[in-house]
Amino acid sequence: MDNKNAAVKMRNISKSFGTVKANDKIWLDIYRGEILALLGENGSGKTTLMNMLSGIYFPDEGEIFIDDKEVVIRSPKDALNLGIGMIHQHFKLVDVLTATENIILGLEGKGKLDLKSAAKKIREICDAYGFDVDPDQHIYEMSVSQKQTVEIVKVLYRGADILILDEPTAVLTPQETDKLFAVLRNMRDAGKAIVIITHKMHEVEDLSDRVAVLRHGQFIGDMPTKDTNAQEMTNMMVGHAVELNIDRPDPVDPKPRVEVKNLTVRSIDGIVKLDDVSFTANSGEILGIAGISGCGQKELLEAIAGLQPTESGSISYIKDDGSREELLGKDPLSIADLGVVLSFVPEDRLGMGLVANMDLGDNMMLRSFRKGKSVFTDRKSPRKLAENVVDELDVVTPGISTPVRRLSGGNVQKVLVGREIASAPTVLLTAYAVRGLDINSSYTIYDLINRQKQKGVAVIYVGEDLDVLLELCDRILVLCGGKVSGIVPGRGAKKREVGMMMTKLGGEKADE
Amino acid sequence: MFDIVSFFPRAVMQGVPLLFGGTGEIITEKSGNLNLGIPGIMYVGGICGVIGAFLYEQSAAELNSFLAVAIPTLSCLLGSLLMGLLYCFLTVTLRANQNVTGLAMTTFGIGIGNFFGGSLIKLTDAEVPSIALSATSKVFSKSLPFADNLGWFGKMFLSYGFLAYSAVIIALITAYVIKKTRVGLNLRAVGESPATADAAGINVNKYKYIATCVGSMIAGLGGLYYVMDYACGVWSNDAFGDRGWLAIALVIFSIWRPNLAIIASILFGGLYIVYLYIPAGTQLYMMELYKMLPYLVTIIVLVVVSMRKKRENEPPAALGLAYFREER
Repeated sequence: MDNKNAAVKMRNISKSFGTVKANDKIWLDIYRGEILALLGENGSGKTTLMNMLSGIYFPDEGEIFIDDKEVVIRSPKDALNLGIGMIHQHFKLVDVLTATENIILGLEGKGKLDLKSAAKKIREICDAYGFDVDPDQHIYEMSVSQKQTVEIVKVLYRGADILILDEPTAVLTPQETDKLFAVLRNMRDAGKAIVIITHKMHEVEDLSDRVAVLRHGQFIGDMPTKDTNAQEMTNMMVGHAVELNIDRPDPVDPKPRVEVKNLTVRSIDGIVKLDDVSFTANSGEILGIAGISGCGQKELLEAIAGLQPTESGSISYIKDDGSREELLGKDPLSIADLGVVLSFVPEDRLGMGLVANMDLGDNMMLRSFRKGKSVFTDRKSPRKLAENVVDELDVVTPGISTPVRRLSGGNVQKVLVGREIASAPTVLLTAYAVRGLDINSSYTIYDLINRQKQKGVAVIYVGEDLDVLLELCDRILVLCGGKVSGIVPGRGAKKREVGMMMTKLGGEKADE
Repeated sequence: MFDIVSFFPRAVMQGVPLLFGGTGEIITEKSGNLNLGIPGIMYVGGICGVIGAFLYEQSAAELNSFLAVAIPTLSCLLGSLLMGLLYCFLTVTLRANQNVTGLAMTTFGIGIGNFFGGSLIKLTDAEVPSIALSATSKVFSKSLPFADNLGWFGKMFLSYGFLAYSAVIIALITAYVIKKTRVGLNLRAVGESPATADAAGINVNKYKYIATCVGSMIAGLGGLYYVMDYACGVWSNDAFGDRGWLAIALVIFSIWRPNLAIIASILFGGLYIVYLYIPAGTQLYMMELYKMLPYLVTIIVLVVVSMRKKRENEPPAALGLAYFREER
């Protein structure tokens, strides 16, 4: 790094939300021609800090300098005028508009829209950096990675030369991630300043030139990426030494528990979501399910849990004594009546898993409110359970009477997983159990899942981070467009190979 | 034989208040504000026009045509603007629930209208519970002088007062602005996803305020048209009926497109009065059933649109939701 002046200097930046100090006197420098990785656990204030740079939030105190000139950023417009563009974790795009309309949104210019010349300029930007965007396509017709591309083009179209990306790879396949990284490197070489917020250590090591670490809203330190390693960075983020390897105890006495045969599911619109899927999940084993998002993972789990109408096939639950129960065509209540204890940790935690406005105790009650004889519900035992979950899983909450929507993502997930495993399940279904969670919370969840596995539970783990799937699961089933692309043993599987299977049926070798 | 030449103008005259209300509500809803106060606002627009006209008729010995139009129109616009501002202050600035606010505004608006309407009726010492402003009404409903010479064509297309044509022109302009201009694009973005619009540097609150207030003023003209032209300047309490709700149904019927609303409003107007043209004889209940038609077709359109699931035909995604930038 030559001695250039910082493009952005943030000095003494503080921001509070109510009583929570999200950012506390942060110093940060961002340079042109450099990719800076901003690291920190959930709630450490990374996104808040960047939101202040992009004008979404206004700092309570502190100064921001752009090219050594002090600036005041009151709104996203101010930020754009200063050349700062942010690509948010949740895309800021209007679904019913086309790519072009989204890109020129909010820009000043002639009253009448000139979509043609805008589309031309967009194509020029795409050619310059190697993007692939159809300016006339509607956003709702696009894949996640296309949407992200539109976001990046949008920022470039506005002439931004300081780009902030908030967890850009959370929703991408490995191949799409590689493509994104290539583009980011192109932009860095073209002299732009790039900040990337991510949880994934291997991406930090792979892509960034410098890392800066935040913890609990405070700036901990920064250093060139090549002088550090994943272990050191994680320790800085968490504040104490953390074991970075995911445990993978050997399967405990694996016996077939759930047998899925020739399962076919169609969505309401008649689109085939699962096509002739067959596999067996064993007790005491973690079966990972990999695939690009929307390849039938959700439908598969919901079919097993009795939430998804199916077209054909069978799902049998095999009891310890070898007798079989058919789960297909039953709703969750009748499945429970069979004496099958199924736990489901859905993808949509606050939509399907928990009721956001209810407190911890009442959320525990969602599983037990039918118990008891009188018309009055038993409120005591769920509260007790909530207290146990809070204690055992270290849920950070002011108390069990706090609505779950006030908890951070990691704590919400702990509450949900805690409730689900409290019913002593024999089958545990989890969908994206660590999505949006930081390293520390993620490891707590892995740990919980492993403990269930050792108790002889058949765990089905739908995940998106291939590195984790490869480290955690005993076997990995790869879905591709609703079909089984293959099942590989978790030990010794190659990331590349699984990635290939996700995008092409069977990958290089097709086996069961 | 069904008399289309006499039916069509009546359908149009029924449709014009709905078109004003519908266009106003479309602009409002495009900004993400679901203003259920529209019936109240149209009512207030009507009574404000009546108050303006009443005071002018009382004070001037001889009516000047320009003032006879300008004074009621301005007071109507002012009254509905105030209602729009009140709605915005509650829902945008204070982020109150839009449905509750809207319904309260409707009750409030009708209450205001009936209060002032009743007071004016008292003032005039009339025998009947209504105020007649026939002089003002004559100016409002003046049609082109040569319309009568053009036979059925004149009767069907040229026999209306200037407000009816304004309604169509306003709807066409609105359609153009929403579809083709930068302001329209920004407005659509505000209604679809305020956070996106905000991040793109659009002042969300400003757009919501302006769209809702402009929409309210346009809707208020619907009330004015109803009293001054359709009802020949006769105001009686509660005569406006359920036209305000029909205007909101019209928005759904025309899938948020003002240009479609022009045709749809005439259709609605027609359906609203078709019972008068269908011989029902003594079977009065048949009439009541026919009066349901506009609502019935709205439900059918809702069903069809939901079944087709085309994104462009759906309501603005953030309709009814308050926006706060720093929400976590």
